[in-house]
Amino acid sequence: MLQYIGRRLLVAIPTLFLVITAAFFMMRAAPGSPFDMDRKLSPEIEANVLAQYGMDKPLGQQYVDYLAGVVQGDLGPSLKYRDKTVLDIVKENYPVSLRLGFFAIAIASVIGVSLGVMAALRQNRMTDNVVMTIAILGVCIPTFVTAPLLVLGIASKLGWLPTAGWNDGALPNMVLPVVVLALPQIAIISRLTRAGMIEVLHSNYIRTARAKGLPEWLIVRKHALRAAILPLVSYLGPACAGLITGSLVVEKIFNLPGLGKFFVISALQRDYTVVMGMVIFYAGLILLLNLIADLLYAVLDPRVRLA
Amino acid sequence: MTFASARAETITKAAAVRGRSLWEDARRRLMRNRAAVTGMIVLGLLVVAAVVGPWLSPFTYDEVNKSDVWLPPLQGGHLMGSDALGRDLLTRLLVGLRVSLAIGFVATFVSLVIGVAWGAVAGYVGGKLDEVMMRFVDVLYSLPFIFFVILLMVTFGSNIILIFVAIGAVEWLTMSRIVRGQTLTLKNKEFVEAARAAGLNRGAIIFRHIVPNLLGPVVVYVTLTIPAVILAESFLSFLGLGVQPPMASLGALIAGGASDMELAPWLLIFPSLVMVMTLMSFNFIGDGLRDAIDPKDR
Repeated sequence: MLQYIGRRLLVAIPTLFLVITAAFFMMRAAPGSPFDMDRKLSPEIEANVLAQYGMDKPLGQQYVDYLAGVVQGDLGPSLKYRDKTVLDIVKENYPVSLRLGFFAIAIASVIGVSLGVMAALRQNRMTDNVVMTIAILGVCIPTFVTAPLLVLGIASKLGWLPTAGWNDGALPNMVLPVVVLALPQIAIISRLTRAGMIEVLHSNYIRTARAKGLPEWLIVRKHALRAAILPLVSYLGPACAGLITGSLVVEKIFNLPGLGKFFVISALQRDYTVVMGMVIFYAGLILLLNLIADLLYAVLDPRVRLA
Repeated sequence: MTFASARAETITKAAAVRGRSLWEDARRRLMRNRAAVTGMIVLGLLVVAAVVGPWLSPFTYDEVNKSDVWLPPLQGGHLMGSDALGRDLLTRLLVGLRVSLAIGFVATFVSLVIGVAWGAVAGYVGGKLDEVMMRFVDVLYSLPFIFFVILLMVTFGSNIILIFVAIGAVEWLTMSRIVRGQTLTLKNKEFVEAARAAGLNRGAIIFRHIVPNLLGPVVVYVTLTIPAVILAESFLSFLGLGVQPPMASLGALIAGGASDMELAPWLLIFPSLVMVMTLMSFNFIGDGLRDAIDPKDR
């Protein structure tokens, strides 16, 4: 087990290296610089500013310097938010994104699994069809459609919830963003659960359990469900990636102070260090979650051997 | 050669007359699937509307009309109303649908070519090469891709060609995995062995014998990739990185509609409806195809 974790972490290093390299050179290939202003800086001042951030050196040297910094856990200062380092920005804004993502995935898991089980138990009947239609709708309606429609209906017209803003994470402000983030996940999770459940219900040990005369609810809850939701564990990584993508939209629409909001703005403003820092942070997060998912899978399913 | 192919043709013809081929079977199953058939009809109508519609419209998608600003639907000859610049929403919607569909088809084709070639070669050659190629796919899988697509758009400015390439380059990963898996099961079949015995080289075996037999799962995945691509493009457009105004795409229209929704809800509602209809049609067709081609998965 430890050996396996060690090997996975070793594989993660070249992956992260690739990510950093690609992001670094793509960002630098972009036209413009973080110090472009409406008013042109005089050449002396510009040279001074560049020198202050070490950007007067050759690009290769800057790349090596940056890598050296990353290895020591230093992601550098932001080039646009003058008095903040990239780590400050991540620390200040990530908790918002994390909170939204956590609630969204928790709600989506509970609702998605329940819907999936209900559909599987009544396969090809009314309940099943309704649930599967909901699931297809959930996959087909993008977050940037549900979000404005919900804001228009529930927040603007009915006035039940605030239209936007964070308000230090007050519950009413969180409801709509979390719902919007959770909807596509509910759809995917219910489909996965249904498929897993249908397969498990046809297996021999379920027949054995039935032959023993166990009540149906006990078979479902104790025997079938445990095996059926295993595939969900490996969905953890992709789900996280989906939530990150979703947060880019949701944080923009609801004007939330999360990390996702920074990425597009910083990329457009050529804030090199912030963009790089976020790419590294999220790549590391996804790698970590994938590792956790694989470990969990092995713990939960004794048939899986880590090699 | 001509003799052989002529014979092959008579053989397939005879087979089609006598029994029901695998594909004939699949077609029948597909036609019995009400959701899939509905999806095909709706999608067909949407495609025709997108291709022909803009020509029939008395307006153009970028025609600014100061006297027709923010007209609700059915007023001033604008069936779906007009936007802040007095442009006809219906025309813009049809053009946007055309752009979104084109991006969907082209980017999916890009991913199809890369994915099938990559997966088939890895699966057929096997061994060390397979390991290296699939490890590469694993590494790419674990990247936060959307960030790289965004970086690409920022770096090179957003133009339509780049959108095709960027999205296609992201979507080929799953395709290559599917194709590799299928190739592994196919490569030990007798007909491949026969081709090898007949002295065909590897390239010919892969592209003449393996690839055509992969078609089933690949077709299914393609119909499910197109909506994913359309979604990805509209996501970029929503963030302001996709298709640039005055050009329209479904995502760009929805983004514009979302910012004006208090004043002119129709600008949000119609594009959203068309988007959802398009994506649902593709998904229904894809699900139907999967059930038809591989009935055990039902």
